[in-house]
Amino acid sequence: MKKKLQNSGLKAWLYLLPAILFLGIFMVYPLIDVFVYSFEEGYNSASQTYWGVGSYNYSYVLHDPYFLQAVKNTFLLVIITVPLSTGIALLISTGLCSIKPLRNLFQTIYFLPYVTNTLAVGLVFMILFKKTAYSDGFINLIISWFGGNSVDFIDGPYWAKMFVLCFYTIWVVMPFKILILTSALSSVNQEYYNAARVDGTSRFRIFMRITLPMIAPMIFYLIITGFIGAFKAYSDVVALFGTNLNAAEMNTIVGYVYDMLYGDSGGYPSYASAAAIILFAIVLTITCINLLISKKVRR
Amino acid sequence: MEVILQNLTKKFPSRDRKNRKDVIAVNDFNFEIPDGKLIGLLGPSGCGKSTTLNLISGLLKPTSGKIFFGKDDVTDLPPENRGIGLVFQNYALYPHLTVRQNILFPLQNLKGKDKLSKSEMLKRAEDAAKLVQINELMERRPGELSGGQQQRVAIARALVKMPSVLLLDEPLSNLDARLRLQTREEIRRIQKETGITTIFVTHDQEEAMSISDLIVVMKEGIVQQIGKPQDVYDNPSNLFVAKFLGTPPINVFEGRIQNGQLYIGDNAVLHTGNVSDRKVYAGIRPEGFLLQDDGPLCCELGGMEVMGRDISVVSRNKASLNPAIRSIIGTDNKIDMSKTDIRFSLVPRKVFLFDRETEERIDFT
Repeated sequence: MKKKLQNSGLKAWLYLLPAILFLGIFMVYPLIDVFVYSFEEGYNSASQTYWGVGSYNYSYVLHDPYFLQAVKNTFLLVIITVPLSTGIALLISTGLCSIKPLRNLFQTIYFLPYVTNTLAVGLVFMILFKKTAYSDGFINLIISWFGGNSVDFIDGPYWAKMFVLCFYTIWVVMPFKILILTSALSSVNQEYYNAARVDGTSRFRIFMRITLPMIAPMIFYLIITGFIGAFKAYSDVVALFGTNLNAAEMNTIVGYVYDMLYGDSGGYPSYASAAAIILFAIVLTITCINLLISKKVRR
Repeated sequence: MEVILQNLTKKFPSRDRKNRKDVIAVNDFNFEIPDGKLIGLLGPSGCGKSTTLNLISGLLKPTSGKIFFGKDDVTDLPPENRGIGLVFQNYALYPHLTVRQNILFPLQNLKGKDKLSKSEMLKRAEDAAKLVQINELMERRPGELSGGQQQRVAIARALVKMPSVLLLDEPLSNLDARLRLQTREEIRRIQKETGITTIFVTHDQEEAMSISDLIVVMKEGIVQQIGKPQDVYDNPSNLFVAKFLGTPPINVFEGRIQNGQLYIGDNAVLHTGNVSDRKVYAGIRPEGFLLQDDGPLCCELGGMEVMGRDISVVSRNKASLNPAIRSIIGTDNKIDMSKTDIRFSLVPRKVFLFDRETEERIDFT
């Protein structure tokens, strides 16, 4: 009997082996490696040499104005887009679930951005926002109809650029959230609603006291993945503002890491590693806080 | 409060592409439910009994016909204005709320002049919980309760706003056999204590028979018979009702009437008086068989099942529609199992005749 148990343990490890190898090589090892680099001062990846070990890399990164700008941008992006996108997605999916005719059509329309090519999306945003020799962009057209002054959203003031970035991010993450929330909403047993109706519950109260708690796990899932996704923002920013993000004051933390490695001012893997570890710490903290809150709320 | 159903009909549009005919779930239902009684809506699944309940609750709108609560026409009222309590088959307790919060929920919805003070609400919830004997479990969540306890919470939640009519949809179907017996007594007790007109839906004839004041037997949307359980059992109006009530079920034979006698196979088994000659179905209740060595009905002996209180004899006959005939006899009878045949005489009032075509009951004296 004991032998059999040991045997089955061995088998279990064998089944786990591919996943463990894969995760180990591509996730755990690089993580440890980056952690090590972040303490090696002046590490050179070509010659595999460094001057010494210490916390200088962190102190450099934390005093770099570009990094501080990137942190500010990232935090702004996270704080604005995650609640807004989740809230709007919740509104839209509640609406979707309460209409009957054309529901499938609307569901498809709202899901389209998810399957649309990023370049096509970029083009649409250019038409909306970018100033060219021929036009000021569609949004500026609307602004000028209402008698406002046109704003340069791509090369103009900081708030305008931030607005475009947030708008874009919300728009891009929305389809996925709507998809998850509509399926969560439609999985709530109809009997709960019937029971509430018989008891004369107002629609608002049904939503607050029944619907929301029922789909709370999905909302928390969306918030946590939304936080993580927004902290890792980079490619969208490049798509909107080009590669010289530091000059545009629109860099993000991931963008800073990338610049430190490969950018024009790059070639500093130690600084990049330190910045990456700081990002990792931030994301980890926020996720833990999120999980703690969600556990408390569900109690 | 009495509930009156007038020509109540509910049609659902057909989903079948080939057959566009509407599905008639409830067909011209007429019934006056007396005040303070316990009514069992009984029928096989798909017979329209749950639809009827949902029409009374207001969750469904009838295609035609009217519903009155007392003198008030409630046909067009939404469920919340009808003053009903509804217990769902799966209880529909809110899983994220405690038992107390669940019971309080309907009270917190009250607005305007009906609005209650907080202490009043708590007292009402406590009273409802005491009535169904769950006042010890008020801080638990539904997930931490057994099926029977959840059922009681659901009843308490339905009763707490003091409805004039209580509706129960298959209240016992999710409970195990022992709990079912106990809970049905409980429902009877609560109904008696509160005196609320109660309508419950079930497909289990034993359940309906045991606690109802009146039962309504339905089939394919049409009411077959309404009456006191014993009356319906003793006087089924057609073959369907006869077959649906009773365990073990009634034994049905193909028979014919000839010269005032009922023939099963070649045996003349019973005098039928004034019934004219024709082909019939003869239904005989299991307790309608009497062991008699020279009895007129001869069957092939199949076996015997001893159940303590009585004996169930299994036998076969070519004319029987059931594969096995079950007859129940007292334990003081001795059966010689070495014989191949067994002979019975019949108790006339346990034998029912039905027309072969219409399956309606034929009276005989």
